[in-house]
Amino acid sequence: MQLEIPKKLSAVIEQAHMVATEVFRPISRKYDLAEHTYPVELDMLASLMDGMKEGDGLGGVGAGKLKREKAATRGSSVRNGTNMSTVLGLTELCWGDVGLALTIPRQGLGNSAIAAVANEEQLKRFKGAWAAMAITEPGAGSDSANIRMTAVRDGDHYILNGEKIFITAGERANVVVVWASLDLNVGRAAIKSFVVEKGTPGMNFVRLDHKLGIRASDTATILFNDCRVPKENLLGSPDIDVQQGFGGVMQTFDDTRPVVAAMALGVGRASLERTRELLKERGILGGYERTLFGSTAAEAELYRMEADLEAARLLTLKAAWMADNGIPNSKEASMAKAKAGRVANHVTLRCLQLCASVGATETELLEKWARDSKILDIFEGTQQIQLLIIARRLLNKSSAELR
Amino acid sequence: MSRNPVAASLSMLNRFSGSPLVHRLGLYKPAQLIARTAAREGIKAGVALQRQFKATQKLMRPERLDKVAKPSDLFDLNISEEQQMIRDMAQRFGREVLRPAAIKADHDRITPEGFEGQLAELGLAPFAVPEKLGGTATESSVVTGVLVAEDLSYGDLGLALAGLAPIGVANALVRWGSADQQAKYLPAFTGATPPKSSIAIAEPRPLFDPNELRTRATLDGDGFLLKGEKSLVPLCESADFLLVAASLIGKGPRMFIVEKGTAGVKITKEPALGARAAGLGRVALDDVRLPGHAILGEGVDACDFTELVDLSRIALCALSVGTAQAVLDYVITYCNERKAFGEPISNRQAVAFMIANIGIEVESMRLLTWRAASRADHGLPFHREAYLARVICAEKGMEIGTNGVQLLGGHGYIQDHPVERWYRDLMSASVMEGGLLL
Repeated sequence: MQLEIPKKLSAVIEQAHMVATEVFRPISRKYDLAEHTYPVELDMLASLMDGMKEGDGLGGVGAGKLKREKAATRGSSVRNGTNMSTVLGLTELCWGDVGLALTIPRQGLGNSAIAAVANEEQLKRFKGAWAAMAITEPGAGSDSANIRMTAVRDGDHYILNGEKIFITAGERANVVVVWASLDLNVGRAAIKSFVVEKGTPGMNFVRLDHKLGIRASDTATILFNDCRVPKENLLGSPDIDVQQGFGGVMQTFDDTRPVVAAMALGVGRASLERTRELLKERGILGGYERTLFGSTAAEAELYRMEADLEAARLLTLKAAWMADNGIPNSKEASMAKAKAGRVANHVTLRCLQLCASVGATETELLEKWARDSKILDIFEGTQQIQLLIIARRLLNKSSAELR
Repeated sequence: MSRNPVAASLSMLNRFSGSPLVHRLGLYKPAQLIARTAAREGIKAGVALQRQFKATQKLMRPERLDKVAKPSDLFDLNISEEQQMIRDMAQRFGREVLRPAAIKADHDRITPEGFEGQLAELGLAPFAVPEKLGGTATESSVVTGVLVAEDLSYGDLGLALAGLAPIGVANALVRWGSADQQAKYLPAFTGATPPKSSIAIAEPRPLFDPNELRTRATLDGDGFLLKGEKSLVPLCESADFLLVAASLIGKGPRMFIVEKGTAGVKITKEPALGARAAGLGRVALDDVRLPGHAILGEGVDACDFTELVDLSRIALCALSVGTAQAVLDYVITYCNERKAFGEPISNRQAVAFMIANIGIEVESMRLLTWRAASRADHGLPFHREAYLARVICAEKGMEIGTNGVQLLGGHGYIQDHPVERWYRDLMSASVMEGGLLL
């Protein structure tokens, strides 16, 4: 047992931290205020990331490269692979700025989906694309099996019809991975994902949302009106396999949830670190000397938050470690996401309160982090959805029994 | 009187193979393996049991355990084969010996008859003692200790505390004891009936802080004079000796070996909320005169008190983790079986989400505890980690204890179910300092 970060991953952390410090932090407030303005500074960063090899330095940071190790190919020795390096890198980037991290070109959530399920031909064809992910609809959010968007086969094409909302980088990306149903009567087994290229006739941008936080990251609504997509753009198997069910599409979440947990760790740590600095001026040192109840109230609050963040961090590393080593981690991925999401939100809010008006004004980033963190307890599965998944696993219940 | 190595190994093997308990629990195979390892590694000193604590051999220097060499620096949650083997034994012992004995032990506020024998058969104490002193230990084993504590506490926290408290004293002697102290006390721990002993740090005072002890030690000629009061001390009435924390004037907190029967030591029962099986007691020290060699370690600065408190907190955390896991497993079964409004209550999110949260927080408690333990084994600083583990285990342990009872409703409040005991045990563990260490 060894629960420290291995030396070989320190380069990933250092480089990501450098990007956070040198690229993100200086423009953090600028794009929080200038919502919907494209952060041009990120083009240079994205080229830099493209230039680096996967798993080596910054190339291992993006969400596009997650690859689950098959248990079969697993040797006797333990691995710390792309899942762990991604988690560590994203933590640092989001220590810098969650919104900017979400809008790094070619590092979208759609890239994760493509990396996870695309075949060789598709991988080649969509190489270098910036892929957004479109799942949520006005009438279906957490119950993603209930989406109404349809895909109807017509010769060599599928025809897509429906409305998608909350698409991160939906306007900035070159392609959008869209969830649609081949047959609304079949349910989740009929849901497939399609890669739709920007500019395809019938794909119409409706609007960009104004949000509580992560304003550097655009969130789009897209209408699909008889949008024809080549049949080769369907990811995975075109057959409706009721046995296999939702497994394929949901599998992606087991890999991406620890990554979102990692993002939460970053913004939570940023708030806690800054609050410590500010409280030091008030004589609050926090050296783990006195017992929790012998400490000042502010100190005790810092200790509780630090302990919770550390728990979230270890849960996240555990989930990533399991993925790297081919161990099924659905429950653990949700535990990491649930804990990190709620803890990061709590930490950023409490830190704001501890710093009083300094925390609530725009001279500091604390109020921004307190707004940014909220999304991390919502997207990629809300707190409540994670608890459902965990409870079903623990109690050995189906989604019909525990709804 | 010292025996030759073969005789000592044979005796150890014999104890294992002849034990009906070992057979009943299906532990014969693992026990055989451990005995074989022990024999192969060579048990160099045979030990005749004695309670007078006289050194049977002279050590040139204290025996210390090596830090655990990292096989690689990769993040790895796997445990070693040896740890797994010990875990299997501890788990079965916890489930099949401790859990059934828990109700009566809680009621009687004492370990059941024959408990020490059963525990000795499990053979945990020799793992703490270095080879040269008759044990089998070669390297630091805080992680192994954590795993064992978790598994035993899964059976019962109070009995686990009673069983592990003496091993904690052995651990402290191995870590800080002088050559003479080790030679005098440690060999007895490898015998058939190890000495009863525990670590007394807590004092009966609100907002107690181990760094602000009221118990004072003053220099008195060649020795020390101790005055003060200790609280929640496991195995108190039956202890052959205790490790007592006192603030040495001009120096700060130090540990002192106080043997049974020393003048001025008054021991009384201290009925408490939980961990009752551990026979908790209060120790009044009224101008207790101790010889100079009673201070733990070679000289007055040998024992790192902060490290001792941290290792103790890690142990208490491990106990909480085991009991919290017991709560989780119990409420899963209960809520899946208990029906209300025509279906299992676990079909309701209000119930299911409480269970999911217990699941998350048990894992939080465990991972923080494991990380602190693993850093200790690898020779890394672990004060911050032990502190944070303590914070989370106290907070979440309390929460899990109360939710465990809540999920069973009225049935949780009566003693037909163990959740009310776990409620009490988790609270006691969250306020204890000392008692044991890993």
